[in-house]
This record gives sequence, C-alpha cells and structure tokens, in this order.
Amino acid sequence: MINSSLRELSAALAQKKISSVELTTLFLDRIEQHNPTLNAFITVDRERALGLARAADAKLGAGETAPPLTGIPLAHKDIFCTRGLRTTCGSKMLANFISPYDAHVVERMNDAGMVLLGKCNMDEFAMGSSNETSYFGPVKNPWDTARVPGGSSGGSAAEIAARLVPAATGTDTGGSIRQPAALCGLTGLKPTYGVVSRYGMIAFASSLDQGGPMAKSAEDCALLLNAMAGFDARDSTSLDRPAEDYTRDLDKPLDGLRIGLPKEFFGAGMSEGVRAAVEGALAEYRRLGATTVEISLPNSGLSVPAYYVIAPAEASSNLARFDGVRYGHRAAEYRDLIEMYEKTRAEGFGAEVKRRILIGTYVLSHGYYDAYYLKAQQVRRLIAADFQEAFKSCDVIMGPTAPSVAFKFGEKSADPVEMYLSDIYTIAVNLAGLPGMSIPCGFEQGLPVGLQLIAPWFAEAKMLGVAHRYQQATDWHTRMPEGWQ
Amino acid sequence: MSRWEVVIGLETHVQLATKSKIFSGASTAFGAEANRQACAVDIALPGVLPVLNREAVVCAIRFGLAVGGEIAPRSIFARKNYFYPDLPKGYQISQYETPVVAGGGLTIRIDGTEKFVRLTRAHLEEDAGKSLHEDFHGRTGIDLNRAGTPLLEIVSEPDLRSSAEAVAYAKALHALVTWIGISDGNMQEGSFRCDANVSVRHPGEPLGTRREIKNLNSFRFLQQAIDYEIQWQINELEEGRAIHQATVLFDPDTGETRAMRSKEDAHDYRYFPDPDLLPLEIGPEWIAEVKAGMPELPQAMQARFQADYGLSAYDAATLTATREMARYFEAAVAAAGRENAKPCANWVMGELAARLNRDERDIASSPVSAGQLAGMIRRIGDGTLSSKLAKEVFDALWNGEGQGDENAADAIIEARGLKQVSDASAIEPIIDEVLAANQKSVEEFRAGKEKAFNALVGQVMKATRGKANPQQVNELLRKKLSS
Repeated sequence: MINSSLRELSAALAQKKISSVELTTLFLDRIEQHNPTLNAFITVDRERALGLARAADAKLGAGETAPPLTGIPLAHKDIFCTRGLRTTCGSKMLANFISPYDAHVVERMNDAGMVLLGKCNMDEFAMGSSNETSYFGPVKNPWDTARVPGGSSGGSAAEIAARLVPAATGTDTGGSIRQPAALCGLTGLKPTYGVVSRYGMIAFASSLDQGGPMAKSAEDCALLLNAMAGFDARDSTSLDRPAEDYTRDLDKPLDGLRIGLPKEFFGAGMSEGVRAAVEGALAEYRRLGATTVEISLPNSGLSVPAYYVIAPAEASSNLARFDGVRYGHRAAEYRDLIEMYEKTRAEGFGAEVKRRILIGTYVLSHGYYDAYYLKAQQVRRLIAADFQEAFKSCDVIMGPTAPSVAFKFGEKSADPVEMYLSDIYTIAVNLAGLPGMSIPCGFEQGLPVGLQLIAPWFAEAKMLGVAHRYQQATDWHTRMPEGWQ
Repeated sequence: MSRWEVVIGLETHVQLATKSKIFSGASTAFGAEANRQACAVDIALPGVLPVLNREAVVCAIRFGLAVGGEIAPRSIFARKNYFYPDLPKGYQISQYETPVVAGGGLTIRIDGTEKFVRLTRAHLEEDAGKSLHEDFHGRTGIDLNRAGTPLLEIVSEPDLRSSAEAVAYAKALHALVTWIGISDGNMQEGSFRCDANVSVRHPGEPLGTRREIKNLNSFRFLQQAIDYEIQWQINELEEGRAIHQATVLFDPDTGETRAMRSKEDAHDYRYFPDPDLLPLEIGPEWIAEVKAGMPELPQAMQARFQADYGLSAYDAATLTATREMARYFEAAVAAAGRENAKPCANWVMGELAARLNRDERDIASSPVSAGQLAGMIRRIGDGTLSSKLAKEVFDALWNGEGQGDENAADAIIEARGLKQVSDASAIEPIIDEVLAANQKSVEEFRAGKEKAFNALVGQVMKATRGKANPQQVNELLRKKLSS
C-alpha cells in the first residue's frame, strides 16, 4: 500500500478495499515511527487527520461520486497557511503562528477530499537548498541520513521518499520543488507562474514563487495538479484560464518529440554520475521515438546572479511584515520601538534569511537600484527570450536538475555561493516563469539523480505526458530507499 | 518682505469615496470600533495578497478627466518600504515612477483674478493605520481600520505664491473632488489633507530650499502654517542662515512649525514595482465609459450660467462653489422661470446663504426648498409681493411654515395678507389722508425740498403696512402734489 500510486489508492478506497481511516492510520503510524529520524514534519495532527479521514469515508460511502483523491493522505509544506494548524514557514519568527485562514491550495486540496496529515519541514522562509536553514532542524535524506534532502521543500521530499505520505505540496522559487525531488528520487513539478494561486502561500519572492505537487510519479503529479491549479481572484497574478485536465496527454506517444539539450547545461560543473544518468535517460527517450537537438540558452549563465538580486530584493520587502507588532515572535524586552524591531528580527530570523534581507535591502537602495535590480530585470527578460527562441526548435528541454546528488550536511553550508550553485539549472525556469519538472533517472553511488524537463508556458500536460511515458518504460521512480519499511 | 518671493506647492491626500479598501474587501466606513474593519489583507497576515479595487481607479480617471490631465494607459504600483507599527506590511503600496494621472491643472480665483495652477501628477495609494498614544498606559495602540483606505495623492507644481493662493487652490481642489463625487471631502475625518512645500527666493532667482509642512487638515491651519513658515524662512535668510531641507509639523496650539526630520535622516524607501500587482492598464473604452458618467464640471457650468442666465462671472462662480448649491440654484430657476434667474441667484447667494451659514446648515438640507423659493420669487416678479415683505415670507418658509408645500409662499401671502396693493382706487384715499395730516411736508416739498417727498412716501407705506406698491405710491403721490 505504501508504494501504491494515487490511482491505485483511489481505486482501493472506492472499492472499499481499505478505508481512509485505515490508510490514514497506516501513514500516521509510519510518521510516528520514522519522523524522529528524518525530521521531515514540523507539525502532525493525528486527531485532525483522522477526523478528515472519517469525513472522507462518509463521502466515499455515501454512494455519490467523490472527487478522485478523496480519502488519500497528503502533507503541506509549512509555507501554506492552514486554518487552526500552526504554520511556521520553518522559522522561529512564526514558530507559534496559527493562521485564521486556509491558503487557496489548502482549500483546493480540502475540496478534493484529501486528508491533511501535517506540515512539512522546510528551509526557513524557503531560503535554502539543503533544508539546513530550518529553525526546526535539518531534514535527513532517507537515501542516506548523513546527507541533505535538498531544499527548500526538503521535508515534503524526504517524507514521500520514505513513504510517510503518498504526496505533498511544495513551492519552487528557484528550484525548491525540483531539486529536493531530484535528491530524494521523486517526481516534482513547478507549474507555469500563475497556474497555482499564491494566496496563503507565505511569500519569499513574489514574482518567482509557485506552488506545485511532489509525489512518486508524473501521473500522481498530474492528478494533484488537477486539484491544485485554477484561477483565484485573490491573487492578482493568478491566470484566468479554462480548467485543464493535466492527465490528458499522459498516454500520448513520444514519436516525433523534439528534445532540446542546452549546451550550457552539459558543460563542466555536473558530476560524472549525474551526467551518465542523464545521458542514459536521453538514450531511453530516443529509443521511445524522440529526437534530441542541441540548443543554446546563451544568457543562462546570468541566471544565478540575476536571481540573487531579484529574489532577495522581493524577500527583503515581503519579510518586512514580520516585525513583532501584530503576530509572530516579539523580543521579550526592549527599550523602544526601534529596539523592539531590531531584537525581534535579530532573534526571529536565521542567518540565511538575514543574509538575503541584507542583500535585498542593498540592491534596492537609492543609487544601487538601477545597477542591480533594474539590470537583473533586464537580464530576466533576456533569459525568457532565450527560452522562447529555443522552443522554436524543440518541444521540451531536458538536462540535469541539480549538478550533483545529495551532499553531506555541512558540505556547502559554509559557503553561500557554493550552496546557491545547487540551483544553477533550475533558477532560469523561475526567472522565465516556465513549467519545469524533475523525474528520477538513475543513481550515482546509491543516491538518486534527477532529470529536469522544461516546457513552454502552459505546456504542463504535455510535459507530464513526456515524463509519464519515460516512467512507463523505466522503474527509477518506483525505487524506495532501504530502512523505512 | 517685498524683496522675497514665496513659492508653494501642495501635495494633497484625498480619501476616495469607495465602499471597500483599495486592495481588500474590507469596508472603509469611518468611526468603527478599532480594528473591526481590518481584514487579513489589511493586517498583512502571512500569505495574503492585494487585489486592486477598480472603483478606486474609476475615481482616479474621473479626476484626470476633470483636471484635463493625461490618464496613463499603463501605470505601475510600487512598494514604498519603511517600518512603522501602523504600516502592517512594512511597505505602502503607492505609485512612484508612473502615476495614473499626469499633468492637468485647475483655475483658482483670487481677488477677482483668475490663475491657472498646474498639476504635476495624481497617483493612487493606500493609507496607513493609526497609532493611538492615549489610553494605553505608556504603550501604543494600533488601529488598522484606516489601513488600506484608498487615497489619491494630488501634487501641484510650485505655482502658488502666497498662503492665500495656497488656500484658494486647496479650496478649489476640495470643491472639485467633492463635485465629481470621488471624495466626501470631510476634513475632520481626514478625507482631505495637505502637505505644503514652502520656499522663498528673490524674484528671478532659482528656487530656494524647501521645507515640507505635513498633514494640514484645515484651510485655516494651512494658511497659518504657511504664513508662519514663510516668515521663519525669511528671518533665517535675512539673518544669514541657510534653509535646510526638512519635514516640519505645524502645531495649531502655538501656531508654529517645527522640524520633524532633516534630509540627512530621510528614509530610503527602496521603491520597486510591487510584484503582487499587475500593471494598471486603462484603455480608451474605460475612459470613455467613465467620461459618460461624469457630471458637468464647475467651469463649464459657470460659462453656461453666464451665457444662459446673464449672470456675472462672480455670481456664476459663487453658485458653483458646490454641486449642491448649483443644483439648488438650477432647480429654483427651473421653477421660477428663466426671466427670474438673476433674482434666484441673488436670493440663493444672499438671504439663503446667510441663513444657512448662520445656522451651519448644508444647502442640501435647507428648510426652504428650491421650489418654495422659486414660488416666492415668482410673486415678487409678478408684483404680488413687495421685496420688502418678501423677507417676511422667507422667514416664514425658513421657520417651516408650509413645509413640503411647493406653493407655500402663496399660502403665506394669503394667510398674512401680505399681498401688494397696486390698485389706485385703494391707495388714493390713503394718500389723501396722509397729505391732509402732513401739511408741513407738503409745503416743504412745494418749496423744493425733495426729501419731504420721501417722508410722504414713507407715511403712505406705513399707513398701508408696507403692502402698497411703492412705485405706484410714488406715481400717485407725485400726480397729486403737482395737481
């Protein structure tokens, strides 16, 4: 059961082979057993989950046609506000914050009948690539607990990999869904910017943040995206488009598919094991009827610097609301208003968050704005134009998701720039607002390697089909780390 | 003093009369219990996002059309970042580089001459909340009801040359924004607040260093603050000190301005486009739609009053001071007939305005309706009522006699017997009596004393209790005396 796909779970629930309460209990017990080792959850609410499961069973038993994901357990990244269940964003600042409202994504998943088990650990305010910046401690990678699960959606990734939950939500600002999916051997999808509402998703970098599904397969992600996506009038950047069925192209053959391989993604910097796994996947795609064509994204080398101007700039402003005045952490003692701000924020934020607030404040300062922020926005347009040009000669772009497999705790945390380069292949996708995915494509010394897929705007369904056909022909995505039975 | 030229520009924050806030659905009604009109977006909970209220944009378009400004086809909302407890997000959403309205201007009237004041821009932004320093035992309370209230900040060019001009401009702007219905203009509640940028220079020289007086919420304070500031700056300069750019506050109790912060500790607001909001796009269709719903503007109405009713420019301007006054006047003219337009204007600007002013009442809630006033004016016009007795009729109407009856004037004239007597056969016997009783005056008149004639007219009027038609009394008396 723990290895079942969402479709299989859905069928088992519909046919009453198992009840939602039983399924929920199974996963809750697994969380109880393994979470102390993995630290993937910040909050688990057993009673609430069982209540939701009972409601799902009632719906399933009532004979009416319940939505397909009814009764299936789910976990939300702790960046999504959940009414009555604390939402920390991985920070001391919000360690005791209980939201009075649900995020749009949370509403959608509730409406889909999914059973919320708890909230997933994450890098503080989604700032990190290793989950080491969480106030609640690092998450361990189930493939090797001495290694990071990736970040910032590391809790979501680790718990799916260890089969503590069948699916979870994540958010991706510069690779935060795709990179942990790669490092934990999962499938994760970042939709086109605007497809999933950001309402109730605590903002890191507003113009880059996008929520998305994380699960074991492309098919699971398609089903989850069907529930998550959709217009929301409360988010001005949400796109008012007709609803889509993201499963519609899952079985589309790959004949004639043109895969673009950016030469900039296949140069130095990637480990040999990652290269071998990615090449192997491309060979498999060719075998399945696709052709590969070399393309160029000439400005992709500028994506990391541009990102580390734009994202901190937006973050420095987005995180200003955490001032101790209305909610969240407030320093215990202070002499005056300024000291209250200073102590509250000094105590409430961790080092990486402070670093990015400082960078962001600097690049927006009078006299520096044009040289940094404005220039970075110009670069961003060039990067988006590169992709537009590239998609003239290919249908989907492929390459590595991350330059290496999961690294050891502390290996990169001493050098922020080294850490930032973990997202070197994923960041451009956010800057261009494109949909991207990571799917498992092999191993390097027992650790999973992720293949990144990048599609044109709104081509999620097509991209999911491309991923699914590969997963029909291979079994990388079904592998489970040992020790979590 | 004449060596110095004063240069003033005003920045005015006008609270827009929308039902809900500029970026949330919370109500904007004034006076609710603290924090009861602040929703998740207004208090900036984690994860909330702004959504632009289109009604606020309509207000901005109306203003742009009214002042002849350019309405930007694409304008940008930016974040103005600073920390303050009543600013929940840690930034204010405003418009920075591209405002919704650019240019335009309005005409002010000062000492009988007109002056055109140019506008730099008008932009949309949200208001902050309020810090409450009382009742919290040394701590500060925060009320976020006002947070997110839509404002239009209207910036004038430094075209004003005296406090009187500044006040005239502020009054004209106030009249305009209430006229076009985009603000209730309630200054006590903070719906119309001015910041004044003041500098002085010798004529012909470049602009002097300015100081900005913040948050003036009455025309009187505006005048006092500017006058004080001008004198202060002149004194400084004449004593050889330089003016330093600063933000100052006006203290109504002392009548003085004092520096709040200097340029050195000015905030770096780190403006950048708000990534949560799309650019505001206003197409020609939207502008046309708003235009179709615009009321006739004061200046157009003034021109029409002069052309159609033969009113002076001054009268036309006075009658269009507010939309309610203009509406009242036009209703009166419609009922009294166009030939009575001038008397209508005189009554509205004279007796009615004086009474309203005395009782601090609004013309919209005048006890004398436009129809009642018109009814009375018609009777003056057709000779039924003398101007003198009209005052008595007006008093009766003002005091509620015949309330709700458009023909109340007729009823009052009838009931009180105020009808003017123009019948010679009724007046002649009275004249005879008066002449008989005032032989001395008759002799004086015959001896060439014109004054004596007036005394006799007065006696006749007195004898008829003012009801006799004075013109007729004049004619008949003259005839009798010369016979």
